[in-house]
Amino acid sequence: MAEVSLSNVSKAFGKTRAVHDITMTIEDGAFVVLLGPTGAGKTTTLRLISGLEKLDAGTVMIGGRDVGADTPAQRDVAMVFQQYSLYPHLTVRDNLAFPLRSPILKTPEDVITQKVKKIAEVLQIPHKLDNKATELSGGEMQRVSIGRALVRDPSIYLMDEPLSSLDAKLRADLRVELKRIQADLGSTLLYVTHDQIEAMTMATHIGVLEEGRLVQYGTPKEIYEDPTSVYVASRLGSPRINILPAKLFPGDHKGAQIGLRPENIRQGDGAEATVLRAEHLGDHTRLHLDFQGHAITTLTDPHTDYAPNTTIKITPQNPLYFDASGARVV
Amino acid sequence: MAQIVIKDLKKEFGDFTAVRESSFTIEDGEFFMLLGPSGCGKTTTLRMIAGLELPTSGEILLDGEEISQRPPSERDIAFVFQMFALYPHMNVRKNISYPLVSQGMPRAQVKAKVAEVAGILGIENILDRPVGGLSGGDRQRVALGRAIVREPKAFMMDEPLGALDAEFREHMAEELRALHDRMGATTVYVTHDQLEAMQMGDKIVVMNNAVVEQFGTPQEIYDKPATMFVADFIGSPSMNFLKFHGKIGAGSGEIAMHDTSFAVPQAREPFEGDMAFGVRPEHIALSDAAAYRGEVLATEYLGTTQIVTLKTPGGDIKARVPATQTAKVGETVGMEFDPATVTLFDRQSGRALKSELNEGVLHG
Repeated sequence: MAEVSLSNVSKAFGKTRAVHDITMTIEDGAFVVLLGPTGAGKTTTLRLISGLEKLDAGTVMIGGRDVGADTPAQRDVAMVFQQYSLYPHLTVRDNLAFPLRSPILKTPEDVITQKVKKIAEVLQIPHKLDNKATELSGGEMQRVSIGRALVRDPSIYLMDEPLSSLDAKLRADLRVELKRIQADLGSTLLYVTHDQIEAMTMATHIGVLEEGRLVQYGTPKEIYEDPTSVYVASRLGSPRINILPAKLFPGDHKGAQIGLRPENIRQGDGAEATVLRAEHLGDHTRLHLDFQGHAITTLTDPHTDYAPNTTIKITPQNPLYFDASGARVV
Repeated sequence: MAQIVIKDLKKEFGDFTAVRESSFTIEDGEFFMLLGPSGCGKTTTLRMIAGLELPTSGEILLDGEEISQRPPSERDIAFVFQMFALYPHMNVRKNISYPLVSQGMPRAQVKAKVAEVAGILGIENILDRPVGGLSGGDRQRVALGRAIVREPKAFMMDEPLGALDAEFREHMAEELRALHDRMGATTVYVTHDQLEAMQMGDKIVVMNNAVVEQFGTPQEIYDKPATMFVADFIGSPSMNFLKFHGKIGAGSGEIAMHDTSFAVPQAREPFEGDMAFGVRPEHIALSDAAAYRGEVLATEYLGTTQIVTLKTPGGDIKARVPATQTAKVGETVGMEFDPATVTLFDRQSGRALKSELNEGVLHG
């Protein structure tokens, strides 16, 4: 495993600047998640590191070595894609062993047997080793394709939304599994997703991308509690943070816009708001409020019930402030 | 507007039973969810209400009238499909007015009606556009407009948001629910997404393997699941089941599990055998003093809360605790369960045992 660092990395496709001047260090043993919506430059960044795309500018260093001129194979990275691509005519065992048998790695067969066995156990598929790849469920196939990356011992694992095609339950299980595997193996992992839950729950560090730029890099806690802009604040947290003109609330304000996460609105005193609808989600209830013509979403206890058009009083708690352009004011 | 009563409704396709005798009532003006995994019979049930399938036996009462054997055209029900089909050669206005024109409504009246519907859906500005260039959301609104414009007694919707991506789906779900609140028309909505069902529904029917497992308000179903299937299907993460062999007497409010005694809601029936102790993640507290102990396997940060996976004598479970609480992987911690919220299940049948908690909710 190795440290991977990017300095002033840029890439354009025609007039579109896909990645713009990204500088970032992925420490040895870190689980870094790149988070952003479609088109933010996540996948392009990943492909620049793997060598599937050529840099326009900047340097990519893997283990202290500039890999700009290297082919993907020379860079010693292992990739997992969103769509599993297994060899359908091979068994799970042979699919897992395939990368180890490559002419570059030339692994002895007894080592292969051992590694495949270990990875199969980690992924909880040892009983499927002799199945053909086509005889597996979608979740099992994706586990095998993750496993095919894990049998190798590359400098870094690069994963591009590997869980997005799976159903919710399996995704939740694999999130925990993947994080455990990464911690156990001490591997360096760069993971791309637009799913904020994946980012928050798995990452040691999150890089938030906005239109090709890295706008914030930090631990999930830092990104959630201390965002640098409205954009970053809106990436984590569900329901999304409420952004309102600060002057709607009495008192002095540090910025023109106030950011209130749904859990940071106290009920019982303060300004009047009208309940539009209460959604009972079981472990909590979501309130949709109208506050002087602005929509606010807040949370309340599961058994609280408000009829539509009830008036309640609300007060901001631990608000975040932003200026008119959306930059954080501390 | 309409009340829909479903009585012992059953559907067989040859040897295959798609829906076993099912009964429930959809009240006038309700937003009613049919929830379950694929193949559970929810879409077949919806199609029987709409008249797209004829039941093998049983009754469907629409405002007291038996309609189960009538063709769809005589039911006054509008159907919105997952793949909304619009007439590609017509503009938005013509697409929406089509059902009225084909009924022979006078033109002036059609015009007024379309204007009203466009106002409700907020699509006045696209009425003269061809449907070809519309965004996914606008296409959906037009499809809804065509269903609304007839003023049917009820709407049937089969996963209408299924094809949309997550963020947009949430937005459309809110819009659809707000539209329902303005119009108040009885709506029956099929989904496999438990969050969508909880979020939008006034009532939920949970189906599994052609059987209605439970019927009630979202909160009721969440708090008082009738079966292990329902408890597992609703909620994220879902309810934990601690597995053990035990017994409880009617009237007892205590159960012994893995040599530890736990308070539970007072039992209303005696039981002895293989049981599951059902507790939701947010009703577990980590406490150093607690006797029941487990090892922390994983923690997942979620902002204000975190999910902690624990290895216990009854199996792996998940707890939702404040993010500020420290839980380190590999450590052994004690667990406390909020006694008032616990449901005990008969593991063989999956049925919830009757207690003071779920009394009155459970049936059959």
